[in-house]
Amino acid sequence: MDNSIKITPNIIAEHGLNAEEYALILDIMGREPNHTELGIFSVMWSEHCSYKSSKKWLKTLPTTAPWVICGPGENAGVIDIGDGKAVIFKMESHNHPSYIEPYQGAATGVGGIMRDVFTMGARPIANLNALRFGSIEHPKTRHLVAGVVSGIGGYGNCMGVPTVGGECEFDAAYNGNILVNAMTIGLAETDRIFYSAASGIGNPIVYVGAKTGRDGIHGATMASTEFNADTEEKRPTVQVGDPFTEKLLLEACMELMATDMIVGIQDMGAAGLTSSSFEMASKGGMGVELDLDMVPQREPDMTAYEMMLSESQERMLMVLKPDCEEAAKAIFDKWELDFSVVGRLTDTGHMVLRHKGQVVADLPIDPLAEASPEYDRPWVKTVAAKTAATVTGTVARQQPLEVLKALLATPDLASKRWIWEQYDHMVMADTVVRPGGDAAMVRVFGTNKGLASTSDCTPRYCFADPIQGGKQAVAEAWRNITATGATPLACTDNMNFGNPQKPEIMGQFVGCIDGMGQACIALDFPIVSGNVSLYNETEGKAILPTPVIGGVGIIDDISKCATIAFKDSDHILIVIGDTLGHVGQSLYMKLAEPDNKTTYAPPLVDLESERTNGDFVRQQILAGTVTACHDISGGGLLIAVAEMAMAGNIGVQLDPAFTEDGSINDWMFGEDQARYLLTTGPDNSQALLQAAQSAGVRAMCLGTTGGETISIDQHGQVALQDLRACHEGWMPEYMAI
Amino acid sequence: MKTAVIVFPASNCDRDAQVALRNTFGSEPIMVWHGDATMPAVDLIVIPGGFSYGDYLRSGAMAANSPIMREVVTQANRGVRVLGICNGFQILSEAGLLPGVLMRNANLKFICRDVWLRVERNDTAFTALYTQNSAIRIPIANHDGNYFADDDTLAGLNQDNLVAFRYCDEGGNVTDGANPNGSLENIAGIYNKNLNVLGMMPHPERLMEAELGGTDGRPMFQGLVEVLAA
Repeated sequence: MDNSIKITPNIIAEHGLNAEEYALILDIMGREPNHTELGIFSVMWSEHCSYKSSKKWLKTLPTTAPWVICGPGENAGVIDIGDGKAVIFKMESHNHPSYIEPYQGAATGVGGIMRDVFTMGARPIANLNALRFGSIEHPKTRHLVAGVVSGIGGYGNCMGVPTVGGECEFDAAYNGNILVNAMTIGLAETDRIFYSAASGIGNPIVYVGAKTGRDGIHGATMASTEFNADTEEKRPTVQVGDPFTEKLLLEACMELMATDMIVGIQDMGAAGLTSSSFEMASKGGMGVELDLDMVPQREPDMTAYEMMLSESQERMLMVLKPDCEEAAKAIFDKWELDFSVVGRLTDTGHMVLRHKGQVVADLPIDPLAEASPEYDRPWVKTVAAKTAATVTGTVARQQPLEVLKALLATPDLASKRWIWEQYDHMVMADTVVRPGGDAAMVRVFGTNKGLASTSDCTPRYCFADPIQGGKQAVAEAWRNITATGATPLACTDNMNFGNPQKPEIMGQFVGCIDGMGQACIALDFPIVSGNVSLYNETEGKAILPTPVIGGVGIIDDISKCATIAFKDSDHILIVIGDTLGHVGQSLYMKLAEPDNKTTYAPPLVDLESERTNGDFVRQQILAGTVTACHDISGGGLLIAVAEMAMAGNIGVQLDPAFTEDGSINDWMFGEDQARYLLTTGPDNSQALLQAAQSAGVRAMCLGTTGGETISIDQHGQVALQDLRACHEGWMPEYMAI
Repeated sequence: MKTAVIVFPASNCDRDAQVALRNTFGSEPIMVWHGDATMPAVDLIVIPGGFSYGDYLRSGAMAANSPIMREVVTQANRGVRVLGICNGFQILSEAGLLPGVLMRNANLKFICRDVWLRVERNDTAFTALYTQNSAIRIPIANHDGNYFADDDTLAGLNQDNLVAFRYCDEGGNVTDGANPNGSLENIAGIYNKNLNVLGMMPHPERLMEAELGGTDGRPMFQGLVEVLAA
């Protein structure tokens, strides 16, 4: 792999570059690139690094608000939470590597997103993950679940960052392409946020962290193509993580960041040394000279090509102020990490790489980074499903509490305790709301404030109607935060889609972005960071469109925070929002008619009532009238009731005045949006109902808490312990086989 | 009263221990770096949880051989109170201050959850404010919490009444069902013969405030404050 290799059409194709792109390279270079230069172009222009298919549409998303300090474009988004504190967060996918090598793929995904956050000066305080696996019958699913969960735990637990929330679903559409989306939230001081732009001619460029090896070469390119029969052969492109080194790197960086020595800093993620150096230089309008002999190397005889394309983990690149090298090195020596001055900033606008005394590459920086290609891919608008669904057959005729038991034991709704008990969700001793509720909550260290976080998406809605699905993902994240009493502030998006060169896939992407944008505006919930993962296809079959939204919000006083658990007997259960019994795309429908392939319309998302209902619920929580609160989402109303009862170990007697002309099951399990369940003390319910009426919010009493069963007037009862057995039983039993 | 927290590379509950000590003792603990050759004179040393040295080789094995641990052993032998939590317990057993070993959990997985512990005796500096035989709720979070010792060691622990905590149910019954990880005789924590060294897998420093879901960890630190002040 040296520069004597002749550049042939075959080699160009192997680098994932098409003929037009190569012609552009010739134009930029004014000559034929050598092998190292071609490799650099290939990773910088990969979909993964350049966002060439998605940029045009991402630009349309709302990204600003008075509290947004830094929107998309940096390593992560930054928002102001008051008192001189900032929250820095982002979600990122590690889908392709996690399918090939689940433990390491997931572990390095977590490691990578944490670096994105602490490279900006924030100490990570919470991790979340959104996981989507194939059908539970698929032979690889168990192996993938076990490996991914253990990889996420292995990395996050060692780092000492609590993994507090997330989601996990199963669908045959992910059989060949699982989704592993990891989110990290960090806490920084607003006056100590670090950006990646390089500046100051002559300033030293410093490499810190782990040594560079031959792992992960072409990872970014691999993540930018579809899978096929030889996917297994791609195992060497997956990186290997070492959370111990990353923990040391975190502490060393935190120590260095407390001084005044850093000009710019960026982690080496996808495309490693190449993307970090190009992006830093490009943002600052600088040139760079790198001496590759100075790069700490794990293996002998590495070529320039290998060093520039390696995706070895736990590395950072930074530009220091003049004459700071000695003092900075002392910190990294203490943490026993490599520290090497690998180059200097220049004013040439060029990247010049030297290795063993020779210039091995000389590339203009801007065309590779900021000015990388941008495509307006052809797209066709997805025809939104309009068919209204009715559920018929055996399940429809069952009593609602029987359906409830069956639904609680389905893979999508069963308890995910098996997963989150493998994550340390309490380290840092600030976890206020543990996994299993709506949004998780961690206390902002040293204050009384709470930071709520959640991740949400309903891919089956997005498939049936991308615009409604995009809206719903944002609205549900906003709702989950609201249900804790916190004010939603901003979100991050992780766009997981199929091959963007297919117009119908691009149509899904465009539709979801449209819906997301509308919801973000209506809910004052801007998108401040994100990640795009395309080519999630195997042998031509794409995943469901999956735009995952990771949201954060803040509550000023954690003692006011609401949780889902019923707190006491004789509390009044109230549903907020319109219950219409929409069963299209519901989990009830999936259970009742698994073989029905009709694409029914998903529930409509009315952003105005989302806003009104949510603001009302939050107000009531903060006023102290609400004793428990839960958002109603997948599985519908009765599932949410059961979750509240199981969490509090207190039953409830339901006596709902549901619309008699519909089936009670539709009413109980429909997935109408903009709804919440809440409880109040016995003396507060009338006042709350009146307040709802004045606010134009639909509110209805459902029943009274107490006892050890859930009963429905004239429809029987079920013991909480039986429900718990259904809910908790499925996943351990499934994984034990 | 002075306290210290030992910090190893990849300790990660050092700040949690620091906060717990600060909030109960009312003074800042001294954070002692593993590379330091000397140990300041203190009344209580806490070895916090985490993944010292990445758990490479064996949990706690490398930390047990670090320079500062020689000092900790010396201090412990002089009667200074030493509390090892989670990885701290693993380090104390690897360092020979406590008998037995912590093996991989019986289900081979990391387990993070609240468990109930039966307080076996309340006449030590660590448990003075608990009621004997009461059940307290404290979280565990580990991969290697499965306590094992040979028959003679186990007999010795029982004979000398050196078991500090056993996993139990909410009613205080020590049952197989309440054992989260396969620990021998449900052992969750043990003392040394002089009762000045306690190693335990559960994390009392994590449940010190009602807002975080429980306060059963607090009496341990509060009790130490009272005993050490006396």
